[in-house]
Amino acid sequence: MLLKGLFKPEFWNADKKSAGPYKSLFDYQRIWRLCFVILVVVSLVPLFILAFIDFNVTRVAIKSENMLRGARTTSNTRRAVAYFLEERKSALQLIVELDDFRSFQRKERLGEMLSALKNSFGGFIDLGIIDENGKQLAYVGPHNLEGKEYKGQAWFKQAADQGTYISDVFLGYRDSPHLVIAVKHFTDKDHYKIFRATLDTTKFNGILSSLDLSEGADAFLVNTAGIIQTPSKWNGDVFSKISFGLPEKSFRTKVKKIQLKKDLSAIVGYAYIEGTPFIIMVVKPEAELMGAWQRSRDTLTWISSISVAVILLVMWAVASYMVDRIYIADMTRSKLLQQMEHHNRMASIGRLAAGVAHEINNPLAIINEKAGLLKDLFTFSEAYNADERIFGLVDSVIGSVERCGRITKRLLGFSRQDDVELRPVLPKMVVDTVLSFLNKEAEYRSIDVSVDVQPCIFEIVTDRGKLEQVLLNLISNAFQAMKDGGALQVAVAKGDKGRLDFSVKDDGCGIPATDLKKIFEPFYSTKKQAGGTGLGLSITYGLVQDLGGSMTVESEVGEGTKFSFSLPVSPKNKGEG
Amino acid sequence: MNILLVDDELELVSALAERLSFRGFEADWVTSGAEAMDKILEKDYVLAILDVKMPRMSGLELRKRLEHLRPGLKYIFLSGHGSEDDYKVGAAKADSYLVKPVKIEDLVERINLALGN
Repeated sequence: MLLKGLFKPEFWNADKKSAGPYKSLFDYQRIWRLCFVILVVVSLVPLFILAFIDFNVTRVAIKSENMLRGARTTSNTRRAVAYFLEERKSALQLIVELDDFRSFQRKERLGEMLSALKNSFGGFIDLGIIDENGKQLAYVGPHNLEGKEYKGQAWFKQAADQGTYISDVFLGYRDSPHLVIAVKHFTDKDHYKIFRATLDTTKFNGILSSLDLSEGADAFLVNTAGIIQTPSKWNGDVFSKISFGLPEKSFRTKVKKIQLKKDLSAIVGYAYIEGTPFIIMVVKPEAELMGAWQRSRDTLTWISSISVAVILLVMWAVASYMVDRIYIADMTRSKLLQQMEHHNRMASIGRLAAGVAHEINNPLAIINEKAGLLKDLFTFSEAYNADERIFGLVDSVIGSVERCGRITKRLLGFSRQDDVELRPVLPKMVVDTVLSFLNKEAEYRSIDVSVDVQPCIFEIVTDRGKLEQVLLNLISNAFQAMKDGGALQVAVAKGDKGRLDFSVKDDGCGIPATDLKKIFEPFYSTKKQAGGTGLGLSITYGLVQDLGGSMTVESEVGEGTKFSFSLPVSPKNKGEG
Repeated sequence: MNILLVDDELELVSALAERLSFRGFEADWVTSGAEAMDKILEKDYVLAILDVKMPRMSGLELRKRLEHLRPGLKYIFLSGHGSEDDYKVGAAKADSYLVKPVKIEDLVERINLALGN
C-alpha cells in the first residue's frame, strides 16, 4: 500500500482545472517532474564525474604500466642480442690478435680454430680468410668456397673500410639462413686480410624464442630494410617485409603505438642495435594489453549502472513522497478555506437578513397597528357601521402582516444566537418526542419510520429545545420530499473525537447537485409555489452551529437525501460562535 | 390603569394607544425619552411600554431614568430588532419583551400579566 502510494501517488490524478487561474501553482505532476529532475541531476552528476575520472586514471595507469613493461622486455632483449653478436665478434678479434695470420692459410690450423669456436661459443659454421683483393685465400667449412671472389661486394667494402662487419640474415649461396661476421686485420703497415666467419641462426633465434612473453606478444628482429630476420609468431615469415613502417632510428629503447591493421593497434617496443643492421621489435596487440583495463572498466560500468538505478528509484520515491505531502497540505488548506468561506457567507447573509428584517419590521408594525385600529373602530365604536366585507379586508391585511412578521422573526432568529441552555439530554428521548409530533402524518401517509440509536449512547449535554427543532425541521422536510409509503431512517451513532453523529435519511425525490450547494442559504427554496420561505434549512443550519456542531448533506436525485450533523457530547468541545 | 407608551414612531404609538384604550386601558403616548420623563410625573402610571431602539435616548436608558423618577413602575419592551444584547438586558429586568409587529391580543395578555390581573 505504502509502496504503491510512493510509485503512483494520489496527486497524480489530481484535477488541476479546479485550481482555475492558478493551475500552474497546483500542477503537481509538473512540480513532481521538476523535483525529480533536480534530485536526479544533483545526485547523478557527481557520480558520473567520479566515474569518468576513475575511468581515465585507471586507463592511464594501466597504459603506462604496459608501456614500461614493454620497454623493459625490449631493452633486455636488445642487450642479449647485442651481447651475443659482440661476443662472437670479439672472439674473432681475439683470434686474429693472438695468432700469426699466415698460419691461417694452413687449413689444419684453421679447422682447429673452427672446432674450438664451435665448442666454446657454438653457432659457427665456417671460417675463411680473404685478402685485400677480395679473394678467399683459405676456407674451412661445409662448402667449397676456396678461391671465391668477394671484391665489389658491399660487405667486403664495409669490412675493409670500417674494420668490422656484421651482416643481416640472408640465404646466400647456401640456401639456409645465416649471417656473417667479418673483422679486418693488418698483417703489416699497409696490408690487411679479412677474417670472415659464418654463423647459423639457431642460437641467434634461441635468444628471442627463450623470452618469457605473454601469449599475444611477438618478439623478432628486422633489418634496416624492414625484412624479418628471425621467426615471428604472427608478423610474417622470415625474409618477408613487416606490415608496418619502420619506426624512426633510435639506439635507445622506445615504445610506440602503431596501427597494424584497421582494427588492430599494437604497442611496439623497439631499439636499433648499434653496429649491426638489426632492429629488435616486441609487438603486443593493444587489446591484450588493455584487457586489465577493460575488466576494470566493466566493473566500473556495472557498479555505476546499479547505483544509477538505485538513485533513480530512491529519488522517484523521495519526489513522490514530498509532492504528496505538499498535495495533502494543499488539499487540507483548500478544504479549510472552503469551509471558512462558507461560514463567512452564511454569517454575512445572516447579518443582511437581520438588517432587512429590522428595517421592514417597523413599517410592518405600523401597518399592523393601523389595520388593527381600523378593525377596533368597527368593533368598538358605534359611529362606524360594522360591515362584514370591511372586516374581511382588514383581517386579510392583519393576516398578511402576521405572515410577514413570522418571516422577519425567523430571519432575526437565524442571525441571533440565543442563549443555549445546556442540560443532559437522552438522544433517544429527543428523537421519540419529535416523532410523536409527526406520528399522525406518518401513519396517514403510511411512511415507515425506523429509529436506530446505538445502544452504547447515553446522554449528551446540549440544548434540548434546539436539538428538537433541528430534528423536527429535518424530519418534516424529509416527509415533504417523500411520496406516500416511503421509508425514513433516523440514526444516532458515536462519531470520532467525542462527538455524536445524527442522520436523517429519506428515499424521496432527492436534490440536484446544483441546488445542493445553496441549500443552506436563506430564501433558497425549491418549494416557493408550495409556500416555502427558504428559511427552514438555513435556520436548522444555524441551530446546529449554535450547538457547536457541523452539518452536511448527501443526495442523489431519485434515490433520496441524507442530512447528517454531529454534535459534541459535552459542551467543552463546542466551538464558541 | 394608566399606561405610558414611548416610541419614536408616532403613527405606531398613537394607533397602539388608541387600540389599548378601546380595551379598557388609559394609555398615553409620547415619541421621545425626554417627553416621557416629563409625562411620567403628570399622572400615576403603573406601566411603561418602551421601544428598545429610539433616537437620542434608548428604551433601556429611559428605563434607568424612569426607575429613579417613579420606582416600582412595570415595563414592557417592544423591539423591532431582536438583537442578542437587547434581548439579554430586556428579558432580564423587564416584565416582558415582544418583537414587533405584535398581536394586540398578545400585548393585552402581557399587560395583564405584568399588572397581576
